Amino acid sequence: MSNKMHVKLNVNGTDHEFLAEPRELLIYALREKLNITGPHVGCETSHCGACTVTLNGKSVKSCTMFVAQANGAEITTIEGLGSPDALHVLQENFKEHHGLQCGFCTPGMITRAAKLLEENPNPTEEEVRFGIAGNICRCTGYQNIVKSILSAASELNSAKEAAQ
Amino acid sequence: MIPAAFEYYRPTSMEGVLALLQEHGDEARVLAGGHSLIPMMKLRMADVPHLIDLQGIAGLSGITIDGGTIRIGTMTTQHDIIGDAALTAAAPIMAEAALQIADPQVRYMGTVGGNVANGDPGNDMPGLMQCLDAHFHLIGPEGERTVAARDFYDSAYMTAREDDEVLTAITFAVPVGGHAYEKQKRKIGDYATAAAAVQISKEGGKVAAASIAMTNLSDTPVWSEAAGAALVGTDCGADAIKAAVAAMLADIDPTEDNRGPVAFKRHVAGIVLGRAIARAWSRA
Ligand SMILES: Cc1cc2nc3c(=O)[nH]c(=O)nc-3n(C[C@H](O)[C@H](O)[C@H](O)COP(=O)(O)OP(=O)(O)OC[C@H]3O[C@@H](n4cnc5c(N)ncnc54)[C@H](O)[C@@H]3O)c2cc1C
Ligand code: FES
Ligand code: FES
Repeated sequence: MSNKMHVKLNVNGTDHEFLAEPRELLIYALREKLNITGPHVGCETSHCGACTVTLNGKSVKSCTMFVAQANGAEITTIEGLGSPDALHVLQENFKEHHGLQCGFCTPGMITRAAKLLEENPNPTEEEVRFGIAGNICRCTGYQNIVKSILSAASELNSAKEAAQ
Repeated sequence: MIPAAFEYYRPTSMEGVLALLQEHGDEARVLAGGHSLIPMMKLRMADVPHLIDLQGIAGLSGITIDGGTIRIGTMTTQHDIIGDAALTAAAPIMAEAALQIADPQVRYMGTVGGNVANGDPGNDMPGLMQCLDAHFHLIGPEGERTVAARDFYDSAYMTAREDDEVLTAITFAVPVGGHAYEKQKRKIGDYATAAAAVQISKEGGKVAAASIAMTNLSDTPVWSEAAGAALVGTDCGADAIKAAVAAMLADIDPTEDNRGPVAFKRHVAGIVLGRAIARAWSRA
């Protein structure tokens, strides 16, 4: 029964193919098979959001998906949003506004926030708080996370206006 | 948190799903969004040797409104419901309830069909479906049949669905009048301590019809005919609300758990229902 299956994932624009047991959780396939360690394991019980990735356009807790379900999917993790030399505007703003302390929740938080801003480029503070309600932070008290996301939104919007 | 091993299938037709269900009997289960089933498998509270993923089957998601009937495909997610402007115009209680389920990530994955088929008394959609007098469409080896939401739930996790049947859609008439979905929970992402779904229609300043159901206060959702009847013909004032709440409290049967003792749950149920009735009436 522990038959392995062929799994194909496109992660951050790169195709990967590997063998895995269907029951393997997506988070472990990403971290242990593909060495993509941005998404973290916080609770492993679908509550904290540290493992959030974007999968076929949805924010998904990758601890609550079997790798078999993800077979064929396109996935974006924090590694696909920005790099140390070219930070994503959200990363820039988290740095600027102290949107992190220990940083454990940050990859999930920013990956979720990126999707939120894609769907709602001009959120109110309340909409930001509601939109990141699936991501728990033990350190910041959220105030600076919300500030960082709102600031990133206005930066993205001014850049869009300037381009027009 | 590693579930027992299983065989994974992703059939591309309903015939394929039904054949697998017949072949493997109660060793097989379908997987929708997985956000109830996977946590249970990780805890090894559910053992599913044959897991049949429905994601490969075309036509199981989508919302249509036609001739006064709303049809929601089983694989439609809570996120889809919240984003559907036509549904929100026709039946605003759907989005109001969906927004109170879990958190954004869970809502992208959690499906309407999974929520109603699951049979967990904590799920929000079953009570809502009873309030709306929805019908569940099932397909199995004997063909298709329809079961009323009000007849679907026998006890926790026990429903009218046979093991070899698959839910394909839910339907209900476009509701009339005012609505409210009111939920008390300890935090975002928690199941209800108590929740109420209410639809009320008004005629000449009086309640013409009322449908009321509550969630997580019994081992099934509770649609209380008496609670609705207590409002009909009244001006929906304090006395009428009190009578409706009393009728509902006679129909629920909460048990003590980590959300509180029985007395507390009954208290919360009364507050939640009172608020829901007042809000639905204000919109009727
Ligand atoms: C952190 C968290 C918080 C949550 N909070 C809430 C909440 O507040 N309120 C709430 O209502 N829910 C809540 N949920 C549950 C969530 O809404 C689930 O997604 C939903 O209950 C089940 O939908 P699913 O598509 O994920 O179903 P699955 O988990 O895939 O399936 C659930 C069950 O239904 C069966 N099933 C699924 N589809 C069909 C079908 N078409 N035909 C026959 N059987 C089928 C499966 O075999 C399984 O037994 C929460 C979940 C999590 C992880
Ligand atoms: S690790 Fe996935 S939600 Fe916490
Ligand atoms: S910064 Fe430490 S958990 Fe969020």
